[in-house]
Amino acid sequence: MAEIGTTKVKRGLAEMFKGGVIMDVTTVDQAKIAEEAGAVSVMALERIPADIRREGGVARSADPGLVEQIMDAVSIPVMAKVRIGHISEARILEYMGVDFIDESEVLTPADVTYHIDKWQFKIPFVCGARNLGEALRRVSEGAAMIRTKGEPGTGDVSEAVTHMRAVMNEVRKVQSMLEDELVVEAKDLGVNVELLREVRTLGRLPVVNFAAGGIATPADAALMMTLGADGVFVGSGIFKSSDPLPRAKAIVAATTYWEDPKVLFEVSKGLKEGMSGIDARTLVELDKMQVRDS
Amino acid sequence: MVIGVLALQGDFREHANMVRFLGAEVCLVRLPDEVDLVDGLIIPGGESTTMGKLMVKYGVDRAIVDRFNAGRLAIYGTCAGMIVLALDIEGSQAQPHLGLLDVTVQRNAFGRQKESSEEDLEVQGLGTPLHALFIRAPVIVRTGPSVEVLARVAQGPVYVQQGRLLASSFHPELGSDTRVHEHFLRLAEQSSNQEV
Repeated sequence: MAEIGTTKVKRGLAEMFKGGVIMDVTTVDQAKIAEEAGAVSVMALERIPADIRREGGVARSADPGLVEQIMDAVSIPVMAKVRIGHISEARILEYMGVDFIDESEVLTPADVTYHIDKWQFKIPFVCGARNLGEALRRVSEGAAMIRTKGEPGTGDVSEAVTHMRAVMNEVRKVQSMLEDELVVEAKDLGVNVELLREVRTLGRLPVVNFAAGGIATPADAALMMTLGADGVFVGSGIFKSSDPLPRAKAIVAATTYWEDPKVLFEVSKGLKEGMSGIDARTLVELDKMQVRDS
Repeated sequence: MVIGVLALQGDFREHANMVRFLGAEVCLVRLPDEVDLVDGLIIPGGESTTMGKLMVKYGVDRAIVDRFNAGRLAIYGTCAGMIVLALDIEGSQAQPHLGLLDVTVQRNAFGRQKESSEEDLEVQGLGTPLHALFIRAPVIVRTGPSVEVLARVAQGPVYVQQGRLLASSFHPELGSDTRVHEHFLRLAEQSSNQEV
């Protein structure tokens, strides 16, 4: 008897994204451009992070009608975002059959204390994390995939770098821990010791771990792969640039050939202007999306 | 004998791990000249449109077809890899593919991710069922005369062989049952012996 919505099936879809690029899109046309460029999935949303940042106000899950149109327009998997803790936005997306749900700090949180109990859903979830503790807390809530938070909508890759390095560094630390040290570490991180043991055995997170938040160039994508990302999300970086299709194609190639400087050179040259961006260090704490949950 | 795993996109790490576990040498394949180093090639699960585009852009598709036609390559495709191997893709013939396996596949034949599932599958030639993971999986809707069906579900064939071509809709690389990979290594061994 076939069983649907199991942990294996949910984590399995994330495995299929590896080495690929997931692109933010706000229209059917953008979704088609992303598919044409070789995206492994598209993230359907109403405003890309750079515009959410600029326009302010409360950012909510996209109009389900828009998400539906995008699902009908492309053959690749479609993701959509819900506000942190917004069980009902997630239920709508699950009903529609969206392939993956991003419980995202890019939107304004609906619940300042609790994340969604993601085990209750047949659809897999991805969540953001800045360090190993956050990543494992999201996994223990049922997340089937993790991404760094970075600082969305800035076009500044530095925060994503910090978060990816933090996760990798902590994984290496856990790998060398004795059992008694592991128990204390689990307590400090606020995570289950079993989960931490799994990290020690695997030498990585138990789920796929992508980079996100500020990736704007092919070299940015290659950098994140070099630091150990399984793949990349590109939010504002493509459709806020002056010529999205060539840039999107170049980022796809760079994510595959991240170790090959010849390919990186070829795909990087001659791209028109990238998104202008914001230096993440100039943001005041209140403007940072990454600190909206922990 | 060297087994290549096409490493353009997808779960190539899991295939490589399983092949290494079985004691064969692994080469990750991203460029055309790397195809010439291997006796068997695994095309992993992932997004078939992404893999197809990159294969064409960097000339890996030609290299694979040439080596296969020269009788020096066995190929195993899982899920997206099955789509890439197929002669015809229902409703999506324009997407780049190798066209070596005489079947017509239907992409996402079970539906979207919420229809992805796992189940025990009866496989021809295996004594006990194989636990199969179907993720936005394709199904075969037409098989050519030289194609042998090794397993099927209600929707159609999901595991087939045509000489030294093997294809499954499901993902043995995500589990611990190595029997499909063992079968493929025997096919690759034949290609390897061909060279001497």
